[in-house]
Amino acid sequence: MTSQRDWRGLLFVAPFLLLYSIILIFPLLRGLWLSLNQVDLFGAGHFVGLGNYARLLDDPIFGTSLVNTFVVTLMIVPALTVIALALALALNRASRSAAIFRGIFFSSAVLSVTIVTLIWRFMLAPDAGFLGFLAKAFGGEPLPFLSDEHLVLPALAITTIWWSVGFPMLLFLAGLQQIPEDMYEAAALDNAGRWTTFWRITLPSLRRTVVLVVMLQTAAQLQLFGQSQLLTAGGPSGASRTAVLFLFETAFGRWELGYASAAAEVLFLLILAVTLTQYWATGQSKEASNGR
Amino acid sequence: MASLELKGIRKSFGSTPVLDNIDLAIDAREFIAFLGPSGSGKSTLLRIIAGLESADAGEVWLEGRRIDALPPGERGVAMVFQHYALYPHMSVRENMAFGLRNARVGKEEIERRIQDAAAVLEIEPLLERKPAEMSGGQRQRVAIGRALVKEPKLFLLDEPLSNLDAALRLRTRVELAQLKRRVDAAVIMVTHDQAEAMTLADRIVVMNDRRIQQVGAPMEIYTRPANVFVAQFVGSPAMTLADAELVGDGRYATLKMGDGATVETRVKRDGLSSSGQLRIGLRPEMVRVGGNEAKAKVELVERLGERTLVYARLSNGQAITAEDEGDSKVKIGDEVPLKIDGAAAHVFDAEGTGHHRSDA
Repeated sequence: MTSQRDWRGLLFVAPFLLLYSIILIFPLLRGLWLSLNQVDLFGAGHFVGLGNYARLLDDPIFGTSLVNTFVVTLMIVPALTVIALALALALNRASRSAAIFRGIFFSSAVLSVTIVTLIWRFMLAPDAGFLGFLAKAFGGEPLPFLSDEHLVLPALAITTIWWSVGFPMLLFLAGLQQIPEDMYEAAALDNAGRWTTFWRITLPSLRRTVVLVVMLQTAAQLQLFGQSQLLTAGGPSGASRTAVLFLFETAFGRWELGYASAAAEVLFLLILAVTLTQYWATGQSKEASNGR
Repeated sequence: MASLELKGIRKSFGSTPVLDNIDLAIDAREFIAFLGPSGSGKSTLLRIIAGLESADAGEVWLEGRRIDALPPGERGVAMVFQHYALYPHMSVRENMAFGLRNARVGKEEIERRIQDAAAVLEIEPLLERKPAEMSGGQRQRVAIGRALVKEPKLFLLDEPLSNLDAALRLRTRVELAQLKRRVDAAVIMVTHDQAEAMTLADRIVVMNDRRIQQVGAPMEIYTRPANVFVAQFVGSPAMTLADAELVGDGRYATLKMGDGATVETRVKRDGLSSSGQLRIGLRPEMVRVGGNEAKAKVELVERLGERTLVYARLSNGQAITAEDEGDSKVKIGDEVPLKIDGAAAHVFDAEGTGHHRSDA
């Protein structure tokens, strides 16, 4: 390899590298720099070192928003994964009605968050909402989903699951189609019942899809924002304020750009840590199952 | 005693009939090959026996028990799939144990059967491996092992050698033949390869066009094909079929081919109607280069080493396949004399039914 050759190679990737640096690397570093400064929209700002991070540690609102974020993610991801898988199993057939239902269940995924929250406002409102109506019809009291601090996160979770179930369902359907038919025929000849076939054939074959869905959804739900802002604006009394909503309010409500950037960096590191932990854990369990 | 009995099996896919009134009886410990071209219904018939397809009509009996209403796992059959269908996330040992566990076989018994099968198939070092970590031939053995441990009354093999390369196919063929002697069960193998069928099977069931064309021992199928289809499908290269008419009047039929050559056959004359159109069937080994019974122009020469195949045309344009010595000097374009062994010739009547030499 001559150095001349190296330069020619670099020329080929230069356009991409340039674009990548401008729209990804630079903002990333700029954000990191911002987080070390106290800046508002108008002044030049001044360097405060790790001051913003120290402040975050003592900020109960930020702390609560992080807890809310993790709680709602824990509510959403397992349920979403199971429901998407169940739908995929039910709709993995060539019939016309299955195709129609696949379309229906995926359709919510194409809606904007504005529409989704509007729909669920109608569903969840205690007096006029559909769930309230149902509760009354069965002689119960309508639950104040959006104004009770214990019910508001489940309400967010339900809304989010309804909105996001389509894509994981598609991933599971794609995974199911990958399982060769003769595997099921072999299982039938091996006297495996439906339940055994599901646990010993289908689920292990979908292992990689399950990992993918859980990791994608975890990373996505840790950034939950629109639903919380539009349904409840983080209320009542911050019970549904998520980390990204905290960011948004700090940056674009109070214009504390440096402080918001610091919070963003913390959230980024947390998501990275969670994702890497999941990745590591699946590697471990795979090794364990290989060693059997 | 009959092991497997099929009675009046019919099957259609939608409006397309694929099997029409199939009757068959197989003896215990018999090795049967279903031989036929693609679309002949042979795989469908195998899947009906296995329970992976249901017949529209008819009955399947195995060792005196009617099994066509039972689920596949309760029929007492084991199947080796064309693409093996091993469970990719399970080790070889788990693959073999899976069916036994589902059938609630005891732990020690499972272990014993796996060890036995692994020893027979020489896959003991592979027991902890996953299918992805093995070669095609090893997977094939595991697939056979998975069937063996079930100790079934009937083995079903779906094109078992079609995924192997030529050398491995020959070796596996030998191993299948040895395996067959070890197992106390009947075996049905589906194949479109006549060499596999001829070498492995006790009896061959030739299938075509939704029906069984002929059932018989390999050499019987070869020497006494029931009809034109069997005659042309079995044997490579295919038998020459030439239009011919009856001449003379002896005890045996003498036939005149289109180019004027006459062939004295050992086929009894009484069985043939003199009016209908007849065809004479000649295997390549019955037509030798030499003699003076016919003349033909050579179109293609295949040198196989121990013999040479000569594809030629008679003066009336009739294609004919002949054989010559391995060191044949025949070239394309040569005009060669042919010697026809009429004693071994076959005659097919207007319906396509075969008539063969009678030694009586």
